Amino acid sequence: MTAPLPAMPQAGLLPPVLSRWFESRGWHPRAHQLALVELAQAGKSALLIAPTGAGKTLAGFLPSLAELSMREGRRKPALHTLYISPLKALAVDVKRNLEMPVEEMGLSISIETRTGDTPQNRRQRQRREPPDILMTTPEQLALLLSYPDAGDFFGSLSCVVLDELHALANSKRGDLLALGLARLAKLAPGLRRTGLSATVAEPGALRRYLMPQPEAGESLSEIVVAPPGATPEISVLTPVSDGAEEVRIPWSGHSARHALPAVYDAIRANRTVLVFVNTRAQAEVVFQELWRLNEDALPIALHHGSLSAEARRKVEAAMAAGTLRAVVCTSTLDLGIDWGEVDLVVNMGAPKGASRLLQRIGRANHRLDEPSRALLVPANRFEVLECVAARAAALEGAQDGMVSREGALDVLAQHVLGCACSEPFDPDDLYAEVRSAAPYRALSREDFGKVVDFVSTGGYALKNYDRFARLRPNAKADGDMRLRAASPSVVQQYRMNVGTIVEAPMLKVRMVKRGGRKPLGAMGGRYLGEIEEYFIDQLAPGDTFLFAGHVLRFEGLAETEALVTKSNSAEPKVPSYYGGKFPLSTYLAARVRRMFAHREEWTALPAPVREWLEIQAWRSVLPGEKDLLVECFPRNDRFYLVCYPFEGRLAHQTLGMLLTRRLDRAGARPMGFIASEYALAIWCLRDPGLMHERHELPVGELFAEDMLGDDLDAWLAESSLLKRTFRDCAIIAGLIERRYPGQEKTGRQVTFSSDLIYNVLREHEPDHILLRATYNDAATGLLDVARVAGMLKRIRGKIRLKRLDRVSPLAVPVLLDIGKVSVGGEADEALLSEAADDLIAEATRLV
Amino acid sequence: MLKTRSETATPAHPSLTVCGVAFDLLPEGAAWLRQERLLVVADLHFEKGSAFAARGVALPPYDTRATIARLETLVARLKPQTLVALGDSFHDGGAEARMDADDAARIARLSRALDWVWIAGNHDPEPPQGFGGAVMAELRLGPLTFRHEPRPAPAAGEIAGHLHPCAAVRVRGRRLRRRCFASDGTRMIMPAFGAYAGGLNVLDAAYDALLPGLDFHAWMMGGRTVVPVAAHRLEGD
Repeated sequence: MTAPLPAMPQAGLLPPVLSRWFESRGWHPRAHQLALVELAQAGKSALLIAPTGAGKTLAGFLPSLAELSMREGRRKPALHTLYISPLKALAVDVKRNLEMPVEEMGLSISIETRTGDTPQNRRQRQRREPPDILMTTPEQLALLLSYPDAGDFFGSLSCVVLDELHALANSKRGDLLALGLARLAKLAPGLRRTGLSATVAEPGALRRYLMPQPEAGESLSEIVVAPPGATPEISVLTPVSDGAEEVRIPWSGHSARHALPAVYDAIRANRTVLVFVNTRAQAEVVFQELWRLNEDALPIALHHGSLSAEARRKVEAAMAAGTLRAVVCTSTLDLGIDWGEVDLVVNMGAPKGASRLLQRIGRANHRLDEPSRALLVPANRFEVLECVAARAAALEGAQDGMVSREGALDVLAQHVLGCACSEPFDPDDLYAEVRSAAPYRALSREDFGKVVDFVSTGGYALKNYDRFARLRPNAKADGDMRLRAASPSVVQQYRMNVGTIVEAPMLKVRMVKRGGRKPLGAMGGRYLGEIEEYFIDQLAPGDTFLFAGHVLRFEGLAETEALVTKSNSAEPKVPSYYGGKFPLSTYLAARVRRMFAHREEWTALPAPVREWLEIQAWRSVLPGEKDLLVECFPRNDRFYLVCYPFEGRLAHQTLGMLLTRRLDRAGARPMGFIASEYALAIWCLRDPGLMHERHELPVGELFAEDMLGDDLDAWLAESSLLKRTFRDCAIIAGLIERRYPGQEKTGRQVTFSSDLIYNVLREHEPDHILLRATYNDAATGLLDVARVAGMLKRIRGKIRLKRLDRVSPLAVPVLLDIGKVSVGGEADEALLSEAADDLIAEATRLV
Repeated sequence: MLKTRSETATPAHPSLTVCGVAFDLLPEGAAWLRQERLLVVADLHFEKGSAFAARGVALPPYDTRATIARLETLVARLKPQTLVALGDSFHDGGAEARMDADDAARIARLSRALDWVWIAGNHDPEPPQGFGGAVMAELRLGPLTFRHEPRPAPAAGEIAGHLHPCAAVRVRGRRLRRRCFASDGTRMIMPAFGAYAGGLNVLDAAYDALLPGLDFHAWMMGGRTVVPVAAHRLEGD
């Protein structure tokens, strides 16, 4: 990206107190920082794209500090700048980092945070006496906008700073924020917006997001691009043969357990290391294993979203104080919290996207002129390829493209109710306002009307609920078309349910004494954090599992709490599911495919992986860059069809469902399938390869694009995926409450009843607006339909079918996953590893 | 082909004997006394959706017609002489007033076409009069007593509803949770039939006095059949 900086602005732009501060530190304001000040003085909104360590945050606030420093005399407290970040922790951290220069400049500027953790009395005080600068989250902005005094509160606002905009914009939270910004533009005309972003492939989308969009055409913010930082140093960890021991790279799995001694050595050799993993479960395992190896008793900590807030805060404080040598963490620490002294980032498993990798690498060494150092630790052979591809992408500074999405209707419903809570609204006016938000640019008036009806009465064709409407005509004067919240309880309902993050139902984990006299349920033990309900559901009392860094024994449930005791066993009985949380990005997938096709790139691969590819080339063929390899082979009385689209697990799952239906119709008698990030395997009682040869089911027909029509619809009708998505949409849209006032409703009850509601609604009003929202969500999220569609189009006429007499080397990893889908006991694991050895021998046997 | 179809059209439903009387347990969640041509359903909860709507939660207003449609299908297929609704047929006292006129007419048509008994429940101690049918606190039939709320054991011959029993079992690592009939052979607790009725696990303490110990079976509702599972194999919630 080469958008130029505006001509070098004058240092004289800054008020003396600010320039003196820079001088006193021996610093010069950077060009991009001054450029933002200059644009702000011209009243212009801007997107700043800068690498980590470029003084991005200070750049965002510099215009506000300049304006606030020139205020004179006493004044009524009024909000000047609103800062919005995707993470609570980030808001707190940025406040700390901003307070220091403000203090050193001797400015009297009040800076406060407002998050879900802010005590009630401080929130009330903030509304009466706003600080100059308020740091908050999109959810808190929505809440503030729903108060009747929102107009007064935000009337004085002159600037909004949106941090980590690339992480926010393209999501439901981004939709909520965009609607909030549209509202702010109305309450505070002339409001400036500043977006801070890491490098993105298409900055145009973010520039559009920042600006209120006009009736026709589009409006883009200004853009300032800071020079890139030093090129990072990235290595891919591969086991080195020391002569005595055989070099091992696992065929499948996601734990990278084999590599942990090397990771431990890296921790020992550095000052502070961040160890990123992709899932909470993986974090637990890695943490546990590192401590097993930790002979030097190095301070190694664990940080993930399920731990109690207290536990997390302790880790963050210790990290800030520089007393930790390593933190094992999930994406909760992906974003720009300043850890200061981190000198190495370790990424366990494959990074799944070029942009995520760059983001994580940026956590090491917050100084621009020194390269960040990162170590990628692939967990299996496919991940070796992915890590090597990701490394190449990161060195080029290549980014993943963003999938553009339309504003979600369930989020819009929530926003409409929020508007009604604040003040009566005229639907036509609100429609115009909503359409000024970039994600809702294409919203039709008809759909908007349906959303308003939904908010009011559920929007059903059967008009039964008018008397229970949540919106009532204001009718203060003739021609007053405005609607208002029907009662204070409606307002209360809104405030209890605001936000777009619907967590999987969680249970509290509490440590109790084993064998105590107290009956289960007599509380008082230590609270360890929260865990997904579905995980606890699969445990029987006595089972052991990993959580909060301990092996715990599950004792039983008491209402919404899982009671556990400390276990003496070293190995948990119930393994956690290691599947990645993020799908492989389209960009990285293409790079991995390219590596297969270009042997000259194999020099970057460790020997066992090269051999694996060589044997694949000899036994079968290698997947090409543009085509799709489909292998058919018999094994244990079944016929396997394995294909390698490299489109991510979600897309493969969808493809698996659709192909299975087709194979079934054609009489291939499919028995099951399994999807990995890279491949899809289906097993049948008849041989699809033979059926292709006999023209009973040509493989080109099997993969024809029309499967996305009727087959998809028919499958969706029965899919439990849609039920889960429906529940989330229903909660966001406010149909199902997160909890009732005065009555805690556990996720368990929500899950159950939302399925019943889904069934009834689907049968009686299949085109209801909430079902449309559900379908849109599933198509872009859980099903990744767009990606399946793109793949089918890409491979049309380019399918290579290879019939084999036995399993191919490339098929081994996905076949090994077959046993891991459901959780088994130790016996299952042992059986599986026996089976695994046979499989590998069979695949690599040369004759 | 035709032969296969006729075979699947009349699947053999499992039979459960309570005090010597054999019921067919239907996957729709109803019990069928073939000799008496008597159909039993529990906890219809008509207008539960609109009851929530009145509290600001606008659930789809189709639960009543979804429930009726399933009843109509059963009645058309089995042609019962008598239908016993085991109480909590109406979600609350305002259900009749909130009900859509078409739905109300369908209930009335159905209840007038056969001998219909509304057993009173705690949600509907006085079921509305407008639909026809007889209202009773209990119905006795030979060794059987049909009532809404089950009484502590022993309660030989009792057929009750009220608790919305459901059961969970793990098969090959997968957990399945379904509505169920719960019976120890002396009594039976029926699953809720209403479209929006939730479920209470049969291992919950609420069943302790009714089905003591683990000496009972949960007859879990599958898609096409009903499957008996011994209580000791079940899981709690």
